[in-house]
Amino acid sequence: MATSDRNPAIEVRDLVTHYGNTEILHGVNVTVYEGEIMIIMGGSGSGKSTLLRYLLGLSIPTSGNISILGKDITKLDAMEMQELRKNMGVAFQGGALLSSMTVGENVQLPLFEHTRLDRKTMQIMARMKLEVVNLGGFEDLMPAQLSGGMIKRAAVARAIVMDPKLMFFDEPSAGLDPVVAAELDELILRLRDAMQMTIVVVTHELQSAFKIADRITVLDRGNILMSGTVEEVRASGNERIQSLLNRRPSTEELAADEYLERLTRI
Amino acid sequence: MNINTREEGGYAIIELIGEVDLSCSPVARKQILACLKAKQDLLVDLSAVTYIDSSGVASLVEGYQTAKKQNLKFGLIGVSDSAMSVLQLARLDKVFPIHANVEERLRADG
Repeated sequence: MATSDRNPAIEVRDLVTHYGNTEILHGVNVTVYEGEIMIIMGGSGSGKSTLLRYLLGLSIPTSGNISILGKDITKLDAMEMQELRKNMGVAFQGGALLSSMTVGENVQLPLFEHTRLDRKTMQIMARMKLEVVNLGGFEDLMPAQLSGGMIKRAAVARAIVMDPKLMFFDEPSAGLDPVVAAELDELILRLRDAMQMTIVVVTHELQSAFKIADRITVLDRGNILMSGTVEEVRASGNERIQSLLNRRPSTEELAADEYLERLTRI
Repeated sequence: MNINTREEGGYAIIELIGEVDLSCSPVARKQILACLKAKQDLLVDLSAVTYIDSSGVASLVEGYQTAKKQNLKFGLIGVSDSAMSVLQLARLDKVFPIHANVEERLRADG
């Protein structure tokens, strides 16, 4: 389906953010449509993790609007944000499982926090989601007994246990061997197709990005270089984008004045 | 969500209508378990379900397991494409007896 036929799940308009006195995002505009996988791509320091933090409503921007599922999150109070978060799942880079709880208890945690479902229902829901991520039967293990890839998958099971409309992945492939990373890519595609989820993946892994993306947004030093399909990004004549794709230093990259300014700023 | 109940071919039929989500799946669960407690063979009709989330599917799983323990017949009928894709995600399409309608189920029962 063409993106123009769909409703936006996320709309970011003129987003400006600061860390201390330093401006990190310089007026970012991004639209993510319902049911698509949007990859936010960029090198380290590009601002992609910062953008994710603002999409999750974890920080307040200097200016601009962020609309999530039709609600401007820059204007929501804590209760309203809490309500909206029920529709948002996040798989953080390190997994962020609680080490004192079993895998099954970790996955059930959002259900305990946000619902009054019967214990039995919660247990079955958690087990179903562990099956979805191929961790069926691992619910009684402690996180310390899992491999890195299993921890990531358990974190995904927890993030999807409430059937969120929107799912965010922060560097899903980081630290995983290629086979496990590919499994995770497959899982992301299945979640889009079976649950019609809108999915945002922040990554610097090109191979994974090209495999799963419906569209890609390329961030560079706090600016959006482009948003487009895989083909459009690949065909881009922009030197910074090509540099990112080919992983070589760009000739215009050494913005000497800016670099000197950074090193010497008081 | 609305629920209609009827009897057909020796089965109690629970028809779920509309969206089955966190807010209403406990009602569906209660109805399913009540039928089974009354020792009725049960078919859950999903043909009018526009959306079912995993709390709804979990209620179906619990119903099926409860029926098995009590040697009662259980199954799903009229599973829509969207409901089927939710079942397939957790490979539950291989677990539940699924038929197009009551007649087909009765034929399968022999």
